[in-house]
Amino acid sequence: MSHHALTIHQAQQKLRAREISAVELTQAVLTRIQETDERLHSYLTVCTEEALAQAEAADRTLANGATPPPLCGIPVALKDVILAQGVRATAGSKILEQFIAPYDATVTQRLKEAGAVIIGKVNCDEFAMGSSNENSAFTPCRNPWDTDRVPGGSSGGSAAAVAADQACAALGTDTGGSIRLPAAFCGVVGLKPTYGRVSRFGVVAYASSLDQVGPCTKDVRDCALLLDVIAGHDPRDSTSVNTPTPGYAAHLEQGLSGLRIGIPQEYFIEGMQPEVETAVREAIAHLQGLGAEIVSISLPHTEYAVATYYIIAMAEASSNLARYDGVRYGYRASEVEDLGALYQTTRAQGFGSEVKRRIALGAYVLSAGYYDAYYLKAQKVRTLIRQDFLRAFEACDMIATPVAPTTAFRLGEKLADPLTMYLSDIFTIAVNLAGLPGLSVPCGFDQHGLPVGLQLIGPPFEEEVLLRAGYAYERGHDWRTRKPPL
Amino acid sequence: MSYEAVIGLEVHAQLLTESKIFCGCSTRFGAAPNQHTCPVCLGLPGVLPVLNKKVVDFALRAALATHCTITPTSRWARKNYFYPDLPKGYQISMYELPIAEHGYVEVPALRTGSGQALRLGSGQAPEQAKKVRLTRIHMEEDAGKSIHDAEAGASLVDLNRTGVPLLEIVSEPDIRSAAEAGSYLRSLRALLQYIEVCDGNMEEGSLRCDANVSIRPRGSTEFGTRTETKNLNSFRAVEKAIEHEIQRQTEVVEAGRRVVQETRLWDADREVTRPMRSKEFAHDYRYFPDPDLLPLVVDRAWVERVRADLPELPAARRARFRRDYDLPAYDAEVLTARKDVADYFEASLRACPAAPKVVSNWVMDSVLRFVKEEKLDAALKIETWPCPPERLGALIGLIQDGVISTTIAKTVYEDMRRTGQAPEEIIASKGLRQVSDTDILQAAIAEVLTANPDKVEAYRGGKEKLLGFFVGQVMRATQGKANPQLVNTLLRQKLAQ
Repeated sequence: MSHHALTIHQAQQKLRAREISAVELTQAVLTRIQETDERLHSYLTVCTEEALAQAEAADRTLANGATPPPLCGIPVALKDVILAQGVRATAGSKILEQFIAPYDATVTQRLKEAGAVIIGKVNCDEFAMGSSNENSAFTPCRNPWDTDRVPGGSSGGSAAAVAADQACAALGTDTGGSIRLPAAFCGVVGLKPTYGRVSRFGVVAYASSLDQVGPCTKDVRDCALLLDVIAGHDPRDSTSVNTPTPGYAAHLEQGLSGLRIGIPQEYFIEGMQPEVETAVREAIAHLQGLGAEIVSISLPHTEYAVATYYIIAMAEASSNLARYDGVRYGYRASEVEDLGALYQTTRAQGFGSEVKRRIALGAYVLSAGYYDAYYLKAQKVRTLIRQDFLRAFEACDMIATPVAPTTAFRLGEKLADPLTMYLSDIFTIAVNLAGLPGLSVPCGFDQHGLPVGLQLIGPPFEEEVLLRAGYAYERGHDWRTRKPPL
Repeated sequence: MSYEAVIGLEVHAQLLTESKIFCGCSTRFGAAPNQHTCPVCLGLPGVLPVLNKKVVDFALRAALATHCTITPTSRWARKNYFYPDLPKGYQISMYELPIAEHGYVEVPALRTGSGQALRLGSGQAPEQAKKVRLTRIHMEEDAGKSIHDAEAGASLVDLNRTGVPLLEIVSEPDIRSAAEAGSYLRSLRALLQYIEVCDGNMEEGSLRCDANVSIRPRGSTEFGTRTETKNLNSFRAVEKAIEHEIQRQTEVVEAGRRVVQETRLWDADREVTRPMRSKEFAHDYRYFPDPDLLPLVVDRAWVERVRADLPELPAARRARFRRDYDLPAYDAEVLTARKDVADYFEASLRACPAAPKVVSNWVMDSVLRFVKEEKLDAALKIETWPCPPERLGALIGLIQDGVISTTIAKTVYEDMRRTGQAPEEIIASKGLRQVSDTDILQAAIAEVLTANPDKVEAYRGGKEKLLGFFVGQVMRATQGKANPQLVNTLLRQKLAQ
């Protein structure tokens, strides 16, 4: 196997056994990026020099003989909304095209402390707003399984890079499915942790009450390893929670027996791609075969999730994106007459159309006279959706659903109709509204050879159970050994 | 028709915390532009606010000192508007659930004359106090400063002030005149200074005030249409602007027109209010709960901890001054109206503990008069006052000990203020020491009596009122340095012979 295809845990072994060096591994991944990224456009910035320097440092640590930090020498990519000091952070937007991050995000700092090599910054929908990656202000990232298709969004670059072996692993962010959907579309593992599990400090905000950073990896063990590094309380993020992290990788092999898995009837809808339903149902049957008990549950407010999500997310976005005004940093329109024109022209030219749509709608739902009817109502529905889940978890330990109603669609297919596009997130969005952890695991392929994803949803801070189930499932299949035809 | 004004004030008080409300940057005033900034207060991508708990302590102090009900769970809200000195495009404030509500400030009723900067009235005791109710107190972050006139063709922005903590204190429309508004504002400032949360300096902007003013026919219980006046950066501006606004609204109504609900700016040079251009303020702030901050939970223990640390408040200090120093009500009121004045009085008294009333007279008549004359009505610190309190105490001690007369003391005090010298030095260098040497005094008395034989005759004939004349002549002959009591005694003896 070539070095670039290694998982984190495989690379760990080889690095520690001194079978390969961190520089060799990093070089292999850089070469892979060079060979494939013209077709994929996963990367917005490749940190060649910094990565090689970090790899050299990792090799020195590895040569020391003492136990190296967990990710020592492992190349990891960051979604371009996550800040790394001294590296450009565009958030997929023209308005930040030249913005160099002056500080590290907490997750970046933790990766560095764990010895990881930051290989580069990967593509995403502008400000993480999108389900297909076509809203990237630069160029859309492509799906490695079929470059005419989208990788999913918004963390499309993260999933595509991992699927195409352009990184051992990546971090993405998930506000309404933005890690899980691309993970499913690209056939990799993606986890959205419980809200508050991972620090948001240094992550360009889209919708603050929903955003969460999570791993995008080649298998479930890697996902647990990466979560172990990034999870935990951060005093710089008031919404990060101070509960202990159990050591996710250590508990993977405890099996499934006695676990109750809930199947919500509302998540198997008309119009779903039949192969998706078949693959997910087979996966559930497999879990049952491994000792899990399958129970039927109901999440009655599911149908309101998409509308609720878009009101809350857009409201928060309209405020979060107000700082991109051309005054202090980022793009500034030239030759404007006055302050009003500076704001208007900067933002009109700097933001893409989907971002502008969401800012406009967000400002609308917060405005006097509409606040109660939209924003306040949405917050109430959000509470009902969360209660649905908490009630369901009285009868089960986790919930299994499809990640998305279809496999990856073609570029341009849904671009003309934002509402159809928004429905790609129909199964993932409620999880963000409820603040729960959700895991996307590959569970098969459709007739076009496109991956299908199984979603496992857990109670708050029960990532461990999801990873355990995902790991048990994964071991019974060889989906992960299939590689995209690049 | 006769009209009554209905006035409510919105006060912004900058808090004296060391660091900003949501980051660790210094709040110190006067640094080079943009020195006290970091990614958080610059509003860079990805940053998050972390609450400075000290700000909550300060807000709780203010809430307790104004008898507010403290909200057990309050909430941060974003106030959205665009301005170059507002880096995030929103201000973190509180909206639906402020930290405190339903309080009041006790305001002494007016004495003769209005707007006395230091309440140096004609000596009348205050009438009954009035309570001005508070609607709410909430915390928020300050914006930066836009500088429009430093560079041609450009506006500059200084973000040192961005994120400095503020309290917004909103009164009910309980105030009925400009003078009462000034009185309320002084009482509120005194409270904030007493609890050491704000230095109260209006000129430097650490205390800011907006006035909501409407008028209605006297006797009516309905409210008229109100205007909000901004840019009031002195007590005088507050009072003048309100007076002007009452006058303007009265003229509008009497001309049969309607008062327009609007925001107006006080133009201090022309002493008028004028409407703000609509561009200068946003109409819809799109408030919503800030998702980056958890609801603020203040439990009983926290409140009690703050209560236990609360310093002595004006009312308690007033009572103590009357009880412990046996001061008249008026003195106690004037001295405690400002914490710095009360502190100054007590520090002076320590140097001269036997004569509280004399020290009180000196502080009220001399010290406060100079402070007022020299427009030092800012947030003064004792250490920066023209004459330190220990020296004033020493000066008064010298009067008590008969070293100088009160008259001489007044001139010595002038010199102390001007030169910063100790009273003993001035007395020694100018030879002002009181003359108590009976030989010298006897000689002076003999001279005066010899020069006025007719008056001596008259005195001896029963016109004893003439004693004052003789004392005056002796004082004059000694350039005021004679010990007046001694002169009195010696004169009586001499004239009785």
